[in-house]
Amino acid sequence: MRPFTYERATSAQDAAAKVAATPGARFIAGGTNLLDLMKLEIETPTHLIDVNGLGMDKIEAIDGGGLRIGALVRNTDLAADARVRKDYGVLTRALVAGASGQLRNKATTAGNLLQRTRCPYFYDVNMPCNKRKPGSGCAAIGGFSRPLGVIGTSDACIATHPSDMAVAMRVLDASVETIRPDGTTRAIPIADFHTLPGQTPHVETALEKGEMIISVAVPKPKGGTHIYRKVRDRASYAFALVSVAAVIGKDGKGAVALGGVAPKPWRVEEADALLPKGSKVVADCLFAGATPREDNAFKLTLAQRTIAAVLAEAKA
Amino acid sequence: MKFDQPAGTNPIDRMKVVGKPTTRIDGPLKVTGHAPYAYEHQELPGKPAYGYVVGSAVAKGTIRSMDTSRAERAPGVVAVVTHRNAGKIAKGNFNTAMLLGGPKIQHYHQAIAVVVAETFEQARSAAALIDVDYARDGGAFDLAAAKVDAPDATGSDAPTAVGDFAGAFAAAPVQLDQMYTTPDQSHAMMEPHATIAAWEGDKLTVWSANQMVAWGAGDLARTLQIPPENVRLIAPYIGGGFGGKLFLRSDVLMASLGAKAAKRPVKVALTRPFMGNNTTHRPATIQRIRLGATKDGKLTAIGHESWSGDLEGGGPESATQQTKLLYAGANRMTALRLAVLDLPEGNAMRAPGEAPGLMALEIAVDELAEKLGMDPVKLRVINDTQVDPEKPERPFSQRNLVRCLEEGAERFGWARRKAPGQVQDGRWLIGMGVAAAFRNNLNMKSGARVRLSPSGQVTVETDMTDIGTGTYTIMAQTAAEMMGVPLAKVTVKLGDSSFPVSAGSGGQWGANSSTAGLYAACVKLREAIVSKLGLGPGEAVFENGQVHVGNRVADIAAAAKGGEIVVEDSIEFGDLGKKFQQSTFGAHFVEVAVDRYTGETRVRRMLAVCAAGRILNPTAARSQVIGAMTMGVGGALMEELAVDKRFGFFVNHDLAGYEVPVHADIPHQEVVFLDEADDKVSPMKAKGVGELGLCGVGAAVANAIYNATGVRVRDYPITLDKHLDKLGEVV
Ligand SMILES: Cc1cc2nc3c(=O)[nH]c(=O)nc-3n(C[C@H](O)[C@H](O)[C@H](O)COP(=O)(O)OP(=O)(O)OC[C@H]3O[C@@H](n4cnc5c(N)ncnc54)[C@H](O)[C@@H]3O)c2cc1C
Ligand code: SF4
Repeated sequence: MRPFTYERATSAQDAAAKVAATPGARFIAGGTNLLDLMKLEIETPTHLIDVNGLGMDKIEAIDGGGLRIGALVRNTDLAADARVRKDYGVLTRALVAGASGQLRNKATTAGNLLQRTRCPYFYDVNMPCNKRKPGSGCAAIGGFSRPLGVIGTSDACIATHPSDMAVAMRVLDASVETIRPDGTTRAIPIADFHTLPGQTPHVETALEKGEMIISVAVPKPKGGTHIYRKVRDRASYAFALVSVAAVIGKDGKGAVALGGVAPKPWRVEEADALLPKGSKVVADCLFAGATPREDNAFKLTLAQRTIAAVLAEAKA
Repeated sequence: MKFDQPAGTNPIDRMKVVGKPTTRIDGPLKVTGHAPYAYEHQELPGKPAYGYVVGSAVAKGTIRSMDTSRAERAPGVVAVVTHRNAGKIAKGNFNTAMLLGGPKIQHYHQAIAVVVAETFEQARSAAALIDVDYARDGGAFDLAAAKVDAPDATGSDAPTAVGDFAGAFAAAPVQLDQMYTTPDQSHAMMEPHATIAAWEGDKLTVWSANQMVAWGAGDLARTLQIPPENVRLIAPYIGGGFGGKLFLRSDVLMASLGAKAAKRPVKVALTRPFMGNNTTHRPATIQRIRLGATKDGKLTAIGHESWSGDLEGGGPESATQQTKLLYAGANRMTALRLAVLDLPEGNAMRAPGEAPGLMALEIAVDELAEKLGMDPVKLRVINDTQVDPEKPERPFSQRNLVRCLEEGAERFGWARRKAPGQVQDGRWLIGMGVAAAFRNNLNMKSGARVRLSPSGQVTVETDMTDIGTGTYTIMAQTAAEMMGVPLAKVTVKLGDSSFPVSAGSGGQWGANSSTAGLYAACVKLREAIVSKLGLGPGEAVFENGQVHVGNRVADIAAAAKGGEIVVEDSIEFGDLGKKFQQSTFGAHFVEVAVDRYTGETRVRRMLAVCAAGRILNPTAARSQVIGAMTMGVGGALMEELAVDKRFGFFVNHDLAGYEVPVHADIPHQEVVFLDEADDKVSPMKAKGVGELGLCGVGAAVANAIYNATGVRVRDYPITLDKHLDKLGEVV
């Protein structure tokens, strides 16, 4: 870990402006991802701006329906919120499928969206990795890629985005609300928030320099059965091989997004329309143009079968 | 004391303390945080500095140049030690690779430097400032490729053959010929390798996490090329080892070198990412098993070959070990073949040999049972043997495998097991599996010192270790039984090389050997007390703090009135282990559920029935077995060090990537011990259980999965991708 300086922000705009103005500055929220990466020198910020304590830890109703979730709302609190449990069950289920109780107590809504990949080569600074060190190459391609992506990847990076929460947010059509250093705000649809790697896998989101997440808005409840099914190598405390977030109505129509397969929560709107036709066509649509590796091609089969499990559960 | 005749009746047989379920006497210290582990010792001869180990970034090659100047100038840095300034370093007897690499690099993350600083954070941060230029060499990293021309292992690992295997196999009406694989595995114990080292003049003291104190101290002296009497190793509490701490490792050497350079005590703990590649691991195997049987299930031919790899000069994973002994059969062969690989050093991990060997053999037996249309419990029962099948003149000292199987089947409800793929519970496919457990019992010379104080307190001193297994408690039970005092009157001091050399903790030999050594010392103490008190000849009975000889009685404390009585002895094992095959046995029964959609396996129930001689402390023994069963589930379902065959290292080298079972993976576990006492083994009549509990679990899980799905997987771990596409369509 490199030496760094630390300060507490006084307001969201103050934080955004400081991060923009100070070379090597980063926001820190729960710290559960950033600190781990700093200890391994995968992240090397020289200045941390603490955004805790800015009052962004509330969940508020939006006029006309929907919820505005503060950027600093802890994963535990979000999962336990009565409104979320009642109307956005997929979000609660995704949250509690992630990490551990202790981590969820610390982890924040913004930090969760911005957590970085769990590609094992990204974690080993001796290995080439375009995401960690642009231009150095990708050690995962041709190596141990079993946990990595099968679609939306590029020849520069095949990492996945590891968040469970983000997959639920995607199926709920959430939008990420931000403030920029100049004080202007905007709402970025979750679909556009995470970007695909292309030749610049170190760029992971649409956020500009210094732009800070202040909240995440979910539109009014979708109704239907909310399911989050996370498939992994052990029963708990592991990242998804494949996960499926779905909201499915009585008529079999709904929305579906996948985790564990792509550099971002993976949703293809046309696939939603195919849900009444069964898992195979849905999966074919979601994975058109997939580029699996030998050791992770099983994810295509697994995704289709997990969608099938979710459809069966929705019917039951 | 020499143990070369079967034990007669002795004071342990009273079993007033030994054999009783006893909670750990060190438990309160541990749960209140007062038991100091290696990194936590406070009584040091000076303020400690912190060492951070730097590992090689390449698997094989040479350090062309190394620039430590930036690190040396970094805040708080006291010293940087590399091969250039470490002085002459040798290799210990138990190590394959050098613990300090450079200029030659033998494996990934081989230690190449230690940075010592005032704080851990300063040391870590400075460590990243060392610039190393490597000349990278190609290496062999792929077992499947290296297997092709791997030679037979030699010495005690050399091939064995009895009868005419090839002929009998060819002629057998029912045959099985299959390949199985087990992956590289990591010990992944809770406490990482950690050491505090302090020099006073040319005397070196290390507080370290080491299972084998005398081996560790000896190899430290050898590695540093200093006289053995100048080294003291202290290891009173150890947070797990599983074989990963059997030997001197880089934490000890780097702390010692760092302390020498810093001229003050230095603490070094290996970080988790070092676990996979800096330390040792259980080597992967590729195994071929051929079984030939008559139509009624009698084995006529048993062949087991296993390939594994290690660094030049290393050894094989002896996965054929149990196959020499487990089942009868006139024609048999085993062979271990060892390839040279440039992956990190392979070495012992809990039940080396049998653990991966049974993972293969006990699937093979299940497969044969199916070919025969025979219940797999019955197949094992009818092929039982009471003698060493390779040397029929050697009987087993005691062998109750059949009882384990039959009693287990009864308790588990084995009769309800259906044909593969027949039982469903909602989305779950349900199956049951069985496997035999087998692990050789090993004995090691073991010594102890016992003191009797004027207040009647009995103090035990031995360099024996407690790696979380419960050694403190069984030692106290043994002394209490022998001396006729309550547990509270016994103090146990372990893990210090200034104490008599013991068996140490490894190969499941610790409990039996170390208590037997203590038994010997207690026999001496009893004689000393009787003689001191002048109680004269006759049989002495020690009870309630008193000794009775005939109708004469005295308090034992009285014997020490004039001063503490101190005696020392050790147990040495004669040739009973040659005359009798000494092994431990068990049967594992497992029920699993496999998700029909996703292929995920969840273990629902587990039962182990064990026959392992006298059980010294049923509470601790049960903990050992359920822990081992948990490890077995890990091996069956998830544990695998993933090899990168280009860069030559284990990629998933932390606990996020190397998955071990969590609570949610482990169901109800039941353990039954048969009531046994094996008089050929030791005066304690006990054997090991700590490794037995692991042996066979993997195959029992694998067989249960097959019974659930009808899809046979022969490559561990049985992750969902191995059978997913064969589970039948789902829409
Ligand atoms: C052992 C372990 C297991 C885990 N398992 C799972 C799992 O199964 N599923 C899962 O989904 N997650 C898992 N996680 C990840 C966990 O969810 C994230 O670490 C956590 O959500 C990050 O939140 P944080 O507040 O701690 O972020 P931090 O670590 O504080 O920050 C993460 C990033 O977000 C940036 N940031 C923080 N707040 C803002 C803001 N308001 N605006 C702009 N940028 C911001 C920081 O600069 C940093 O780059 C696991 C983590 C660990 C350590
Ligand atoms: S997949 Fe991406 S994160 Fe992983 S090594 Fe390649 S570039 Fe790095």
